[in-house]
Amino acid sequence: MNTGNSEPKIVAFCCHYCAYAAADLAGSGRLQYPPNIRIIRSPCTGRLEINFFMKAFEAGADGVLVAGCEEGSCHFKDGNYLAKGRVNTTRQLLQEAGLEPERLRMVNVSAAGSQTFVEYVRDMVETITKLGPARHQKTTAKEQQGAIR
Amino acid sequence: MIVAERKTIPELVEILRPHKKILVLGCGTCVTVCLSGGEREVSIISSALRIASRVQDLNFEIDELTIERQCDNIFIEQAAEPIRKADAVLSTACGAGVQAIAERFPEKPVYAGLNTTFLGILEERGVWTEKCAACGACILHKYGGICPITRCAKRMLNGPCGGSREDRCEVRADRPCAWQLIYKRLKDINQLERLKEMEPAKNWNPSLSGGPRMLIREDHRV
Repeated sequence: MNTGNSEPKIVAFCCHYCAYAAADLAGSGRLQYPPNIRIIRSPCTGRLEINFFMKAFEAGADGVLVAGCEEGSCHFKDGNYLAKGRVNTTRQLLQEAGLEPERLRMVNVSAAGSQTFVEYVRDMVETITKLGPARHQKTTAKEQQGAIR
Repeated sequence: MIVAERKTIPELVEILRPHKKILVLGCGTCVTVCLSGGEREVSIISSALRIASRVQDLNFEIDELTIERQCDNIFIEQAAEPIRKADAVLSTACGAGVQAIAERFPEKPVYAGLNTTFLGILEERGVWTEKCAACGACILHKYGGICPITRCAKRMLNGPCGGSREDRCEVRADRPCAWQLIYKRLKDINQLERLKEMEPAKNWNPSLSGGPRMLIREDHRV
């Protein structure tokens, strides 16, 4: 991920069954949202591990958005509840490591919630812009080779 | 299994501060099962340390490796080369594993990344509870398989303290009264008579009182 740019870079892990469909619908409906997010489709937010979030930050992300199904409507029953616990644990870890926990956020969106998705993205971009670039972004040359672009 | 908990990242940073090349060494046995020091946790701790290092300008170079078992020389051998290359090792094994690595590599600083807490079991998803205090003289047969030393907060050997509320422990209301469990279990297996036997004060000599314990099996020695 290019850290030389002052525009915040946000990785969004989107559940295939809801948020990813909502993002798709936002595109079809020509809804505009900031281009700062890089969407990664996940089969379920329950698939996301703490180290996925940590690796995203390590690779230079300024923020990570986790977008799963609305509570009670996970396609796999309780994947979004698992993700909720992992997101909260990671926020604690980020704080311990010296980053603001607000850089990681979980939201719940239905597959039809394109407008909601757009609002969540705008809000996340606004939060991360206010926080500024993550303080850990000084990467070594070796680490940059393995970074996300 | 041995249950352990991760030390906080600021604690680890303080421990590792004098070093540059650090190997975070995981253990694939007990601490993997209790989700505190296996491959996954090594990856998480390493990421957090790298981020902390950049935030604080510490220039840590963190490598990761997880071996099957840190308390066994056969497996430690597999980590020999990465350990030699590192300035220090942060072991995410139990206290036994950390010391096994330190003994095997006398010139290398080896630090504990976890606090080893107890011998226990997985009670439900994400919850581990203590079941054995490794006291060295097991009395489980007298109490229907429920250990009053470990599971009674007051280590009562001859009946409940009288402070329990319903079936809850007086000291920790979120835990059951061990004596309630013992009574129910003995009743279920028709051994309530056992409760009439007086148990003398426990002899703690087989515990830690005589220094570190050893087990010698002549039948396995040459």
